Amino acid sequence: MTMEIKLKLNGKILCGQIEPDCLLIDFLREHGCYSVKRGCETSNCGLCTVLMDGKPVLSCSILAARADGRDVQTLEGLQAEAEDFVGFIADQGAEQCGFCNPGFVMNTIALLRENPDPTDDEIRAFLAGNLCRCSGYEGQLRGIRNYLNSRKG
Amino acid sequence: MINIQNYVRPQSLEEAYQLNQKRQNRIIGGMLWLKMSSLSVHTAIDLCDLGLDRIEENQEQFSIGAMATLRQIEQHEGLNRYSGGKIAAAVKDIVGVQFRNLATVGGSIWGRFGFSDVLTIFLSMDSYVELYKGGILPLEQFASQKADRDILLRLIVKKTPGRFTYRAMRNQRGDFPVLACAVSRLNGEYRAVAGARPGKALLLRDEKKLLSDGITEASAQAFADSFAELVPTGSNLRGSAAYRTHLIRVLCTRNLLELGGNDDHGNQA
Amino acid sequence: MEQKEYQSINKSVRKKDAMQLLLGKPVYVDDVVPGKPLVVKLLRSPHANAIVQEIRCETAKKVPGVVDIFTWEDVPSNRFTIAGQTYPEPSPYDRLIIDRHVRFSGDVVAIIAAETEKAALKAMKLIKVSYQVLDAVLDFRTAKDNPVLVHPEEDWFPPCEVGGSNKRNLVASDVSSHGDVEAVMASCDVVIDNTYHTKAFNQAMMETFRTYTELDRYGRLHVISSTQIVFHCRRILSRALGIPKSQIRVEKPRIGGGFGAKQSAVCEVYPAFVTMKTGRPAELVYSREESQIAGSPRHEMEIHVRLGANKDGRIRALDLYTLSNTGAYGEHGPTTVGLSGHKSIPLYSSGLEAYRFGYDVVYTNLQAAGAYRGYGATQGIFAVESAVNELAEKLGIDPTVIRDQNMVKEGMTMPAYYNETASACALDRCMEHCRKMFHWEEKYPVRDMGNGKVRAAGVAMAMQGSGIANVDVGSATIKLSEDGTYNLLIGAADMGTGCDTILAQMAAECLDCRVEDVAVFGADTDASPYDSGSYASSTTYVTGKAVEKACGEMKKKICAVAAQMLDCDAGELLFEGKQVRRLGTEQSVSLTDIAYRTQVCSTESATVTGTHSSPVSPPPFMVGMVEIELDKLTGQVTVLDYMAVVDCGTPINPALARIQAEGGIVQGIGHTLMENVTYNSNGRPMESSFMQYKLPTRLDMGKLHVEFENSYEPTGPFGAKSIGEIVINTPAPALAHAIYRATGVWHRELPITPEQIALSLPE
Repeated sequence: MTMEIKLKLNGKILCGQIEPDCLLIDFLREHGCYSVKRGCETSNCGLCTVLMDGKPVLSCSILAARADGRDVQTLEGLQAEAEDFVGFIADQGAEQCGFCNPGFVMNTIALLRENPDPTDDEIRAFLAGNLCRCSGYEGQLRGIRNYLNSRKG
Repeated sequence: MINIQNYVRPQSLEEAYQLNQKRQNRIIGGMLWLKMSSLSVHTAIDLCDLGLDRIEENQEQFSIGAMATLRQIEQHEGLNRYSGGKIAAAVKDIVGVQFRNLATVGGSIWGRFGFSDVLTIFLSMDSYVELYKGGILPLEQFASQKADRDILLRLIVKKTPGRFTYRAMRNQRGDFPVLACAVSRLNGEYRAVAGARPGKALLLRDEKKLLSDGITEASAQAFADSFAELVPTGSNLRGSAAYRTHLIRVLCTRNLLELGGNDDHGNQA
Repeated sequence: MEQKEYQSINKSVRKKDAMQLLLGKPVYVDDVVPGKPLVVKLLRSPHANAIVQEIRCETAKKVPGVVDIFTWEDVPSNRFTIAGQTYPEPSPYDRLIIDRHVRFSGDVVAIIAAETEKAALKAMKLIKVSYQVLDAVLDFRTAKDNPVLVHPEEDWFPPCEVGGSNKRNLVASDVSSHGDVEAVMASCDVVIDNTYHTKAFNQAMMETFRTYTELDRYGRLHVISSTQIVFHCRRILSRALGIPKSQIRVEKPRIGGGFGAKQSAVCEVYPAFVTMKTGRPAELVYSREESQIAGSPRHEMEIHVRLGANKDGRIRALDLYTLSNTGAYGEHGPTTVGLSGHKSIPLYSSGLEAYRFGYDVVYTNLQAAGAYRGYGATQGIFAVESAVNELAEKLGIDPTVIRDQNMVKEGMTMPAYYNETASACALDRCMEHCRKMFHWEEKYPVRDMGNGKVRAAGVAMAMQGSGIANVDVGSATIKLSEDGTYNLLIGAADMGTGCDTILAQMAAECLDCRVEDVAVFGADTDASPYDSGSYASSTTYVTGKAVEKACGEMKKKICAVAAQMLDCDAGELLFEGKQVRRLGTEQSVSLTDIAYRTQVCSTESATVTGTHSSPVSPPPFMVGMVEIELDKLTGQVTVLDYMAVVDCGTPINPALARIQAEGGIVQGIGHTLMENVTYNSNGRPMESSFMQYKLPTRLDMGKLHVEFENSYEPTGPFGAKSIGEIVINTPAPALAHAIYRATGVWHRELPITPEQIALSLPE
């Protein structure tokens, strides 16, 4: 039985017809948010991270139905906020294959909103749920660190 | 993957309760484990409109709504002041922030999962569950019961004076524990809990009074040996029964020494 | 060492696609698929070895939305290999699209094509299969000459003679040697004699296998796939489907990681078959579980090492026997195994008097293995480097000093490496550099930290190759545009490695322009010049040289056109990037004008293709050192610092080279400490998801520090060798060494889990 949901997606009100067991990740990709990636089926990789009511969550593990009435943001809607720091990661070459980037960037946005001046250990801890198989993580950390240092001027 | 035909957000507990009486209906918590099941669910019951996502604190107790997330208890000042940061320590390695923003306390407790850090730490505290029909009962009693069709509303943690320790061994930082161990002293009573045995967390007290003269290297060792002997362990991908029994001894000893204040090496397992 | 000042080479240029990737733009297969293609799902065998007796799909086909279901009865009977290798492939032709004989738990039994995923999955449950279950070969040590044959079929065909026989479960077998190993061994003071075991680790790239197929506007099969090997893929599809290559186009968009997994055409044939049968667009996306149980992981190997040395530490003889498990199909089986000896033994070319290297590669009823970064060298280096560490500890010689004494040095011939000469080798400087950077003298001694915890250090060296000598072909096409910028067309595959950017840096250096002025396109079999593909650490070294050649020709062309325009001899002209100048005069023509000139009444094409192949495969070298803290009570190993120094010749892009090294090290740490592979009674991997197969998180890898010692490889572009694979090779032996230092116990099987460590120690 399909149902209707209404949510705010990247600042715009969106109504959609869904199956009750449609997952948020699939709903988002169907609505053009291709940044949202699936890397596993077991809630372990963090690739599908989006913000729901401002909090980073795994869109692979939420029913789209649960997003009814909520505010959902994907990287498509946070381009400017991301552009602020991702260049520093690009300077390290740490984006590598890029497939984990959207989830990692979304969670970094969440981190920096919650803790604008994190230590290296706080960065590692907050991003621990974002797997990356290419970069070895260290370059991502250097990029974020360089960004934070640049803000201190 | 789970198959769901209807999704409902009840507007009252009674409505939720009535819906939940049908065998094909299911209350959904954080959905993290449920979504991987191959269940066929007639109606998914989402409690998100019932105000169960709050943590309330008064002089006597904390009342943690079933829909409060693990991230909320990780960051709750009062809970961590009371537990000496051990609640945060117990949940901080559960996959990642995004996971802990979804996983609910109610889901973790209701599921009575063997791997649960949450059940392990709260069993070491003066904890109770509040059920819609069943009322309030000790967490220890609840954990030993089979799941029925009642609704878990809240986890209540009494502010009984106590000290808490928590250690978990993981093969990888975001993995399930190979073994989790919480040891506490509540009003002078020692509690030792072993989780991820891999069976459901088990709470034992100092029945043999091995610690009645206080914690020393020797008494800690003796208690841990006895604890390890009494707690049944099993094997799975993460470790063998023998290794788990060994870990109970090691982690329990370290926890006791930390309780006694003899350990200079902080809170790392 | 040559030290040249370059404009674009040896510069940490941002990757050309960096911002697109970081901002989450739709650039991968599943993002660029148009419309709603048919969803393809595969029904897989639960049995390790069985014959499909009967398969009934009538009920399943009635599920609304199901378009068709295909079984063994529907597919062509041409055997093929999915290994992405140059023709004729060393891998046997042992596959059908669907075989009635299923050979591992996960082998394909039926292809389901449906309008939606739900319909496909529902249909899958309704297909009725009855199997004749056969005995299975699940232990690779019992495979050779086992009465149970994995490939009893008469049409099994090896395109190359590699010593295999399907009647013996043998894919390949060989022995090579130099000198009299037994005689030298007999005269040695010490012989280390051990067996090392590594498992079928999974690449676990974040983007699982996936392919989209459609018929294009000419009615040809158009394949968009996440692949490292567009040209090999086209050839494989042509053979498997029985259609001409001219009727197939394979392209890759951005790839979400490969590490060799996508050097096999793991999933392409299935949607391609559906599109050919139905005429409709089709897409297959592997679940993580499918990638874990039916992908193309590393070859499990057991390596018996005998190492003979004198008391003074001189290593005189090495004898290796490798048993390699290729699983149910032979992809890359005959070739990976060679590296276990040929890229480990040559590290000790200095005083080695004799070596012998023998191997058998066997079939089992387990998931088929494939290519994984390191490609056999990783396994061999774990064995040989561990044996060298065991020798050093036994003799009481500092393990870095014993390596100083024995390692290959620049100019030496390497008998075990096909007698190639180490024409660029800074391994000695890598060791010296790493020792200082790591503070080896302080960290090597074991330090008791109290409370059961000790700190200790370990070391290992590594080598790899740069492309496959006398086989790999790299090509690059460069086109001049009318604004004086260039297009660079390649058939190599950037899978996150940055080769698009690196090759553009080379073009920019040659053509004296900015890297931004070189637009890169790849890879597409219709448009790209032929390239073997991106594997075997070949792209920088082989395709890079092709870029250099193409640019050289391009400059000549530009000068030839300018000569016409200036009415002079091309020999009088100087190419200056933005213009061409006539020597000794003020006369010049701009590149823009030259480009426009080629578009008007011109018989001179402004396009050049350069092609390169190398008779040698110069090894990069590396030293890795690790410091751990080990908890003797829990067995937990905490990696504190991993330091490495790499000689990849000239690093074309130091930032990208460093990330390659860091990423490879963390994969190696994962294989050594936490990524396990165990099987259920049907031979299906238990670690079939990320819940069970644990990749290192950023809290598991300590701090990394990578630096470079440059050498200059005369046959490489701008002195470059390779970097992509070597970097995965040092963690296993270095960590096993550090664990020994901390505990006194050698662990010779990977992974080394906390349980194994804790339970190996006395209480």
